[in-house]
Amino acid sequence: MKTILLEDAVALIPNGASVMIGGFMGVGTPPRLVDELVRQGKRDLTVIANDNALPGIGIGKLISAGAVKRTIASHIGLNPETQRKMLAGDLDVDLVPQGTLIERIRAGGFGLGGVLTPTGVGTVVEEGKQRIEVGGKPYLLETALRADFALVQAFLADYIGNLYYALTARNFNPVIAMAADTVIVEADNIVPVGVIAPDHIVTPAPVVDYIVSHA
Amino acid sequence: MTLMDPQTIIARRIAQELRDGMLVNLGIGIPTLVSNFVPPRVRVYFQSENGLIGTGAPPADGMHHPMLTDAGGRPVSALPGACTFDSAMSFGLIRGGHLDMTVLGALQVDAAGRLANWMIPGKMVPGMGGAMDLVSGAKRVVVAMQHTAKGQSKIVRQCSLPLTSVRPVDLVVTELAVIGFPGGRATLLETAPGVTISQVQEATQAELALPESVPSMVL
Repeated sequence: MKTILLEDAVALIPNGASVMIGGFMGVGTPPRLVDELVRQGKRDLTVIANDNALPGIGIGKLISAGAVKRTIASHIGLNPETQRKMLAGDLDVDLVPQGTLIERIRAGGFGLGGVLTPTGVGTVVEEGKQRIEVGGKPYLLETALRADFALVQAFLADYIGNLYYALTARNFNPVIAMAADTVIVEADNIVPVGVIAPDHIVTPAPVVDYIVSHA
Repeated sequence: MTLMDPQTIIARRIAQELRDGMLVNLGIGIPTLVSNFVPPRVRVYFQSENGLIGTGAPPADGMHHPMLTDAGGRPVSALPGACTFDSAMSFGLIRGGHLDMTVLGALQVDAAGRLANWMIPGKMVPGMGGAMDLVSGAKRVVVAMQHTAKGQSKIVRQCSLPLTSVRPVDLVVTELAVIGFPGGRATLLETAPGVTISQVQEATQAELALPESVPSMVL
C-alpha cells in the first residue's frame, strides 16, 4: 500500500477504464476522487455501482460531466440526466437486480466464476442467461464482475491500509475493494496502525493499493 | 367512521400484519408510512437494504448523520440494537429466507398475484433496485398501492408491464380492499369501511373470487 496525492491517484485511471465506485445514493461515494475525475476530464468510463445518485451528487457528477460511456447499476431512477442520456443513446445502461449485482462483484473478488440466484427467473432479467436447476429449484447463472479500478470510501484507514466503514456508508465499498485490479481508498480519517482493533477491521490492508493523502 | 386519506387506510391496515420480532423491509412511498402505525406491544426490526437493521424515524432537525440514511438516501436514526452491514449481507438477509415481510408499491398486480413494479417500457426505466430480490426472497410479500391509477385498475387480468418476479405476492392492500391469492386466484378478503363489494369489483379489472363472508377492515 502506498499513499498517493489525489491528482496522481486519478491520473492512474485512463479513459475507457472500468471503475467500481462505492456508495448508495451518494452515501459512501468518495467525494474527492469523483470531483478529481471530473476535473481531469475523464471520458468513456464504465462505472459499476449501485446507482447513479442525483445530478450534482456522487456518481451523478460523473454522468453530468459526460465521463461515463456505460454504467452497470441496479437503479438509475432518481437521476434524470442518466435517463435522458440513455434515451438519447449517449449512455449504455445495464440494469442488474441489486442483490445480483453485489453478488456478481463478490464472486469477482472471491475467485468464483459466478453465482446461482433465484432472483430474475421468469422475468426479462433471464434473457440470454443459463437457467440451472438445483434440488428441483430454478436459478440463474450470474457471472462474476471485476473492474480495472475500485474507488472506495472508508471512514477510517490506518497507515498501512486497514479499513473501517461508517454506518450505511459501507454498502458496496468492502465488496468492490476485493474485485478490482487497483484499489484506491479515500478515507475520512487516516489513523495510526492499532487504532482500529483487529476485530473491527472490515477490509484488510493487503487488498488496498493506494490511500489518497489529505489535501 | 372518521375520514381517512387513502394512504393512511393502506398503511394502517398493513401495520396489522406486523408481528412481534419480525424483520421487515419497507419500500419507498406508502410502504414507508406503515412504520407510523406499528401496533402497541409489537416490536419489529425494520431493514433498509442499503445496510441497516433497526431503522428509526428521522432525527430532529440538525441532528442527522450524513452516513446514516435509508434506501432513498434520506436521513434516518438507528434504534437501540441497530446494526449495519454491507450490501452482500443485506441481500443475503433478503434472499436467504431471513426477511419475514416486505412491503412494496406496484404498478400492476395480476389475477394470480404476480407483480410488475419496476419499469414502463419506453417511458420510465428507473431500474429494479432491490425489488426483484425482495419479491423473490421475502417470506411474505405485501403490496401497498392505490387501487387505480388515472381511473385504470391496477389489479389486472394479466400484467402488461414486465414482471418483477414470477413469485406471486401474498397480499394486496388498497384504499378499497384487501386481496389475497389463495390457490393462485385473486380473492376479495376485506373491504374498506363504507366500501361495498360491488364498488371494489367495479374498480377491479381482474375477476375477484368472493368468499362466503367479506368483512370490513377494522382500522
